[in-house]
Amino acid sequence: MTQTLLNIRDVSKRFGGLQALNGVGLTIEKGQIYGLIGPNGAGKTTFFNVITGLYQPDTGSFELDGKPYSPSAPHEVAKAGIARTFQNIRLFGEMTVLENVMVGCHVRTRQNVLGAVLRHKAAREEEAQIRAKSQQLLDFVGIGQFAKRTARHLSYGDQRRLEIARALATEPQLLALDEPAAGMNATEKLALRELLVKIQADGKTILLIEHDVKLMMGLCDRITVLDYGKPIAEGVPAEVQKNPAVIEAYLGAGH
Amino acid sequence: MSLISFDMKRHPKQARTSLLVLLALMIVFPFIAQQFGNSWVRIMDIALLYIMLALGLNVVVGFAGLLDLGYIAFYAIGAYTAGLLASPQFAAVLESFVNTYPAVGNFLVMVCGPEIVQNGIHLSLWVIVPLSALCAALFGALLGAPTLKLRGDYLAIVTLGFGEIIRIFMNNLNAPVNITNGPQGINLIDPIRVFGVSLSGEPGSGSMVNVFGIMTPSVNAYYFLFLVLCIAVIFFSVRLQDSRLGRAWVAIREDEIAAKAMGINTRNVKLLAFAMGASFGGVAGAMFASFQGFVSPESFSLTESIAVLAMVVLGGIGHIPGVVLGGVILAALPEVLRHVVEPLQMSLFGKVWIDAEVLRQLLYGLAMVTIMLTRPAGLWPSPRHEDRPEVDHASVGTTGEVKA
Repeated sequence: MTQTLLNIRDVSKRFGGLQALNGVGLTIEKGQIYGLIGPNGAGKTTFFNVITGLYQPDTGSFELDGKPYSPSAPHEVAKAGIARTFQNIRLFGEMTVLENVMVGCHVRTRQNVLGAVLRHKAAREEEAQIRAKSQQLLDFVGIGQFAKRTARHLSYGDQRRLEIARALATEPQLLALDEPAAGMNATEKLALRELLVKIQADGKTILLIEHDVKLMMGLCDRITVLDYGKPIAEGVPAEVQKNPAVIEAYLGAGH
Repeated sequence: MSLISFDMKRHPKQARTSLLVLLALMIVFPFIAQQFGNSWVRIMDIALLYIMLALGLNVVVGFAGLLDLGYIAFYAIGAYTAGLLASPQFAAVLESFVNTYPAVGNFLVMVCGPEIVQNGIHLSLWVIVPLSALCAALFGALLGAPTLKLRGDYLAIVTLGFGEIIRIFMNNLNAPVNITNGPQGINLIDPIRVFGVSLSGEPGSGSMVNVFGIMTPSVNAYYFLFLVLCIAVIFFSVRLQDSRLGRAWVAIREDEIAAKAMGINTRNVKLLAFAMGASFGGVAGAMFASFQGFVSPESFSLTESIAVLAMVVLGGIGHIPGVVLGGVILAALPEVLRHVVEPLQMSLFGKVWIDAEVLRQLLYGLAMVTIMLTRPAGLWPSPRHEDRPEVDHASVGTTGEVKA
C-alpha cells in the first residue's frame, strides 16, 4: 500500500495582472520520482517557490506526510521536511564544498552561541557528527574527493551534485529539484539520472522540474504537465506523452 | 609554507608556536616600550581597544556580510554605560529628575537610596564589562530588527543613520532631564579596579600601580587588562567562526535565499550577528571610558565608524588575524607618525616643514589607496583553498566510498 507524502490542492498565485498559477495541485506518493513539466513560463518554478515558502500563495492547501504545513517561510518548510535546489545554482561560493553541506545540517542541529564558545562535549560531538555526515553525503553524490575545494571552483555538473548533497543534509522527506539537468551534456545527464535513481533507492521521494522530456519519461513514476499556470495532464509518463493537450502545448495546435 | 602561520587547522604546530611567540612579545612589549616613554604603551592601549572594535565589526561585516557604517554607536553605548554606572554622574541624573519631574525624581531617589543620591553609582569591573556588553547587544538587536530586509547600500545608509542618532542623542540628552551631560560629556569616571587595585594608581602614587608587589606605570596595567580582553574577544571570534552559527552567518553572506532554503532562520541569525558584534564594541567602549576617565559625544563621530571599518577591510575582511593586523596598523601608525614626524624633521632640516597632523592624513590616505590597489582583498586575507592543491591529494583515499 502506498502512502501519500505530499498532497497539494488548488494553489493559485497572481503577480499583478498575470495569473501565474491557477488551481494547481498534485499528490506525491512516498518513494516516487514525480515530474513536473511544461513549456517555458508555464509556472513550474513559481509552483516550486510557493511550496517551498519563497512566494506566498493566494490560495491553496498543503499537506506533508498527513500533516498540514504552511509554506509561510522557507526555513519552516525546510524544517518540515522539504529541501530544494535552484534552477540557477545557488551555492555558498566562498565556502568549501564540505562546509556547504555542513550548512545543510543546520536545521537538524541545535548548538547555540554557548556551545560554540565553550565547545563542551555535546557541541564537539555534534560538530563531529555534522562533519562525518557531510563527508558521507559528498561521497554519496560522488564528489567526496573535492571536499576541501572552494565551492565556486567546482565544475558545473559537480556544483549541481553539491546542491543536491546540501539539500539531502537537511534530512528531507521530499527532495525538490528545480531543473537539475539544465546546462548538462549527455554524459552528465546520464550520471545525474543514476544519482536520482540512487537517491530514490535510498528511500527518498523526489519532485523534479525538468525541460528534458526524454530524461523525464524514463525516470519519473508520475508526471504533471503545466501550461499557462494550469495543470493540463497528470498520469504515468506513457499516458501523458500521448495526451493531445500536452502535444498541443509543446508543439502547437495542428500536430 | 610561510614561516609564521595562525592557521590552527592546516598547520597546528606552527600556529601554536607563532601564537606563543606573539604572546611572549606582547607581554614583553610594555616593559621595553616604557624605556622610550609611557606614550608608546598608551598608543598600544588604544590600539588594543580598536582591535576589539574591529573584531566586533568583523562579526557583522566579515562573517554575516552586513555592512554596518554606524558601528561606533555600540562603542558609545558601552562607554556611556560605564560613564553612568561608574561615576558621580548618576547623582546628577537624579538631581535633574528631582528638579524637572519631582514625582519621578523623588520616587527614583527613594528607590536608589541616599548613597547613590550623594555619590552616584560606582559598579566594579566585573559588573561593568558584562553589563556594557549586554547593553550594546540589546541596542545591536534593536538596530538589527528594522533592517532585516535591507541589504548592501540600503543597510549601510540605515546603520549610518543609527550611528549618528546615538551620537546626537548623547549630545542632547542633557535636557529636559540631564542624563548624559550633553556635549560636556561625563567626567570623573572611575578608574578600573581589579581585585582592589586601581589601574590608574592610587592618589599620590604618581600613576604607579602596585601589581603583585611590583610598581608599574598605569598604562602598563591597562595594557595587560586590554590584552586579556582582546585575547578573550579573539577567542570568542575564532570559536564563533568555526561553529554551526559561524557557518550560518557566512551562508547568509554568500546567498541569503539559499541559506533560508537550507532551513536557517535568517532573522534570528542576523540579529544574533548584530548583537554579538555590538557586545564586543560595548566592552571596548566601557574600557575606553574607564581608561580616559571621561566620555563625550565627539569621540563617537562617523569618522570613527569609518576608521574601524577601514581596519576590517584593510586587514582582510572576515579573517581574524588580518583584522587584528589592520587594527594595529591603522590605530597605531598615525600615532607613531605623530611622535616621529616632527622630531625627525627637526633633526633633518632644523625646522618643521610639514605639520605632523597634515602628514598623518596624507600618509593615511596614500596607504589606503595603495593597499586597495595592490591588495584588494586586504593585507592578510583568508587563505584561498586553491593555494594549497595538496589538500585534494590528502583526501583522495575517501573517494569512491558510497553510502549504503
